[in-house]
Parts: sequence; C-alpha cells; structure tokens
Amino acid sequence: MSALLFFIAGFGAIAGAVGVVVLRDPFFSVLALVGHLISLAILFLLLRAEFVAAVQVVVYAGAVMVLYVFVVAYVGDQSESLQARLRGAGPNGLGGHGSIGSDLRLGGAILGGALLVELLIALLGTGLGAISSKGAGYNPGRVGTESFGTAAYIGNLLLTRFLLAFEAASFLLLIAAVGAVVLARRRGGLGEEDERDVLTPLDLLRPQGTGTMAEGVGGPRR
Amino acid sequence: MSIAWYLAVSAIVFSLGVVGVITRRNPLVVLLSLELMLNGANLALVAFSRMWGNGDGQILALIVMTVAACEVCIGLGMIVAIHRRRLPIDVDELRELQG
Repeated sequence: MSALLFFIAGFGAIAGAVGVVVLRDPFFSVLALVGHLISLAILFLLLRAEFVAAVQVVVYAGAVMVLYVFVVAYVGDQSESLQARLRGAGPNGLGGHGSIGSDLRLGGAILGGALLVELLIALLGTGLGAISSKGAGYNPGRVGTESFGTAAYIGNLLLTRFLLAFEAASFLLLIAAVGAVVLARRRGGLGEEDERDVLTPLDLLRPQGTGTMAEGVGGPRR
Repeated sequence: MSIAWYLAVSAIVFSLGVVGVITRRNPLVVLLSLELMLNGANLALVAFSRMWGNGDGQILALIVMTVAACEVCIGLGMIVAIHRRRLPIDVDELRELQG
C-alpha cells in the first residue's frame, strides 16, 4: 500500500515539475506547481513528517501559490509565444532570438541531465549502502514522549534546541515583508507621470516638504 | 519503501528545477523553478530525517520553507516593480541593474 502510494505521489511530483518547466503559460505553470506541492506533501506523509506535510499544503500550496496567481493576473499575459520564437523574432523585434533560445534549451537540458547523473551517483552510489536504508524504527503509539514528526515533536524541538533558528526565521520574515512593501510601493519616479499629475485640494492647503504621511507613501507631490 | 527511492525523486525534481532556471525567460517561471529546487532539497532533508529517526532534518525543512516564502515575497515585489516601470518581463532583456 505504501509502495503504491509512493509511486502515485512520486509520479505526480515529477509530472508537476515537468509541467512547471515545459508549459508556456505562467498561469498553468503555477497550477502545475500546486499539483507538485500536494504530491510532495503525500511523500512527506509517507516519511512520517506529518507537521511538515501540513505546513507544505497550508503555507505553500495555499498562501504562496495564491500570491503567485495574483501576480500572474496582475502582470498579465506575458507568456513567451512559441510562434514568435520559432520565427526568430524576439519580443522587441530583435532577430535571432529563436536560434539562441533553442541552443539554450538544448544546453540547459544537457546540463540538467549531467547534474541529475551526478546527484544520483552522489546520493545513491556512495556510503548510503552502509546504513540501513529502511529508516529508523517508528512507534506511533508511544506514550510519554512525543512521537516522531507530530506537531508536538516539532514544536518541542523548535522552542528548545532550535530556538535561535526559529527567532532568526521570524526576523527574516519581518525583513522580507518590509522589503516587499518598499519594492512594490508607488513612487514618483520613472514612467508614472500620469499618476503624479493629479492635484488634489489638499496639496494646495499643505505647504511643501512637511513630512506628512502622504508624502512618505505617495512621494513628493511637487 | 527504501529511502533511496525518495532521494531519487528529490534529485530528479532538483534537476528539473535547474533546467527551468536555465531555459525559461519569464522571471515568474524562474521563481517557480527555484521553488522546485528548494522542494527537491526539502524532500531529501525529510528523507534523511526519517532515515536517522531524528527531527533535525524536518526543522531544517521548515526553515527552508520560510526562506522560500521570503524569496517569493521579494521576487514577486521586484516583478511588480518591473511591471510598474513598463519594462519587459524577460530576464534576457533586463540586463542592466541600474534603476
């Protein structure tokens, strides 16, 4: 039963990964990645990592992928059109992109294949035979201490042995949130003349450079 | 199932991610392929954690997920900023890092 489930989930994970790389439309790539992540969560469950599997489904396949879908919808249909690349015309009219693209694809496939062979040799060919590859003993009904992979087990580890990593991760999330706001904010820079030309009555009432919150968010309105 | 099977799947997923990063030109798909590579590494971490019966690998997998979420956050913010400036959404066209 577990072998059957492994082959189904493993095939789903690899098919999802192939879909991400091969599909033309970024929206379908995102959907393929969602399928890949759910298959990977099944593999995590088979490896007795229940909490990691739940986090994978909730955080990755739920939140992060919704963010991707929003950005794909916002940026719009910028998918690389196959016909244009076969004709050899780039998106800005430059010629010769098609041949460069096919060379790049061939080179990338060769490099990926070489890397796969190297990884398989490194992972499977060497010292792994010396260790028991069936995995350590697992006792789901253990009483007293928490059993392997549950939320209580992970929480216990995170708040005792790995407290520093936990705090560093939370600080990293804070920095990333601030960075995303700074990057995606509206600024009165290049290419936004149409938005800067709007003059509200508030701008006439307020003297310049007084350090109001509107100036901080929307840039100086003259 | 032997742990080696899981490691083989993780190696295949990682290599597919590398191929995606090299060959695709849309930065959104490049970010998705980066996710593939991180997930391949995560699967190997969880498999090794199971092999040793030790939870450290699972903690590391959770930290990797956090880092991946931060990377997605910053990367998508950059793509939105590029789109705002009406620059082409194409990693080959975006050669210059000067604002």
